[in-house]
Amino acid sequence: MPHRPLDRTPSRRQFLITVVGASGILSLPASRSAHATPATMAAAIRQVVGEAPVTPGKVKLDLPPIVENGNTVALTVTVDSPMTPSDHVKAIYLFNEKNPQPNIANFYLGPRSGKAAVSTRIRLADSQKVMAIAELNDGSFWSESVDLIVTLAACVEE
Amino acid sequence: MAQALIKVPAQAKRGEVIEIKTLISHQMETGYRRGPSGEAIPRDIIKAFTCTYNDTEVFRAELFPAIAANPFLSFFVVATESGVITMTWLDDDGSIQKESAQIRVD
Amino acid sequence: MTVATTLVALQMVSAGEIAPADRRSDYSLMSRDNQAMQDDDRANPGMLWVLEGEKLWTEKVGSSAQSCADCHGRADDTMKGVAARYPTFDPARGRLVDLEQRINLCRTDHQHAAPLAWEDHGLLGLTAYVASQSRGLPTNVTVDDSTRPHLAAGRTLFTQRQGQINLSCEQCHDDHWGERLGGNIIPQGHPNGFPIYRLEWQSLGSLQRRLRNCMTAVRAEPYPYGSSENVDLEFYLMWRARGLPIEAPAVRP
Repeated sequence: MPHRPLDRTPSRRQFLITVVGASGILSLPASRSAHATPATMAAAIRQVVGEAPVTPGKVKLDLPPIVENGNTVALTVTVDSPMTPSDHVKAIYLFNEKNPQPNIANFYLGPRSGKAAVSTRIRLADSQKVMAIAELNDGSFWSESVDLIVTLAACVEE
Repeated sequence: MAQALIKVPAQAKRGEVIEIKTLISHQMETGYRRGPSGEAIPRDIIKAFTCTYNDTEVFRAELFPAIAANPFLSFFVVATESGVITMTWLDDDGSIQKESAQIRVD
Repeated sequence: MTVATTLVALQMVSAGEIAPADRRSDYSLMSRDNQAMQDDDRANPGMLWVLEGEKLWTEKVGSSAQSCADCHGRADDTMKGVAARYPTFDPARGRLVDLEQRINLCRTDHQHAAPLAWEDHGLLGLTAYVASQSRGLPTNVTVDDSTRPHLAAGRTLFTQRQGQINLSCEQCHDDHWGERLGGNIIPQGHPNGFPIYRLEWQSLGSLQRRLRNCMTAVRAEPYPYGSSENVDLEFYLMWRARGLPIEAPAVRP
């Protein structure tokens, strides 16, 4: 049975508590090389927002709290905005904490969108935090984050 | 040509906010998987998506390996005039796929 | 029903089987999000294969240069009800065939084209396209003198312990459906949605693929694709699911 490397953060004991709490079965996909961490997610966010503050609010991130299968997770992100030429969402950025990479997708909208709501399906390698950051035309950034539990397939088939 | 399914209303009122749904067949190979002999399987994903309305861009997305296989994207657009709404998907290897739908706006 | 067939039918129902009133499609055990994915034809990834199958249906192949449509016309007319009654007994060959095998037999016998490999994109497309024409119709395989031995053989496979983990299908899917194994809910294990878009595969796949995976999961050597064991088990499962609506292409976790 494949094992996680022992040197990853958070501490192994914390990790085991999380995984056993989530699924009880420590069977994982074979490739577990690089991982994002809360620090790489923070760096990826900084690349987008720079030194500007990110305020929780206006953004609603719809994700199931417990995920049946991390391969395909339905996600909807909505931003409370009239989407007029003077007041609209320019972009929505999605980030995650524990996939190999911190970015999930970037969406670019505008007044022609009518409504700031985008749905897609994402992959999640592990129980983790997902964050959506909305950039408004006035340069402000707003966010919401969700913590999810991702259960692993009980029967390892291949 | 990958199979693609798009849903654009055939008809809308001027100013109405319509939902567009798109689905395309693609493995979205992450680049993090290893083959049977341990060799790295190279990344190959759809990295960008654009929606244009009578040639004006109204929605754009940059996608990363965390987007699930057979990528699904739905978003909203204001029905401004009759014409053609076109979706374009761009693959890592540079190949492009387009699907279009007509919309009548009264 | 004659006395003999009644007795045989009664013999078939054992203590382990799910009570008829409790039988339901595994759709009902999925999360709301996954159900929504299945319900919307524009969001169900399985529909991409149905689209592929629709295209292949009219493609002329083989030395006969015939398409499926040349013999079968419009699939939404002639293929209605087909998936609901497969596997069927082929008297010419003296064996049970499932839908994938039937499609390949049409290719070799009538189109004079090479058969498609199991899990080939085109074969999955055609299977999904044909199966989807039965959506909503009740599963309804024929149990008669030809198929009864296969039903019994399939039932034996379903109820026997196997593999290093030494579990039978029945133990999980009859006795403990609805309970949890790890983080997953154990389904009743009905085939009414196949071929399915399985999230674990991130692809559409056949019932035989799923059965082989289950056997690997209990650490048993899976039966080869196209083996009579797999088809017998499929037949038993379809009989066990009798009356449940066809949902192909279903989404499953």
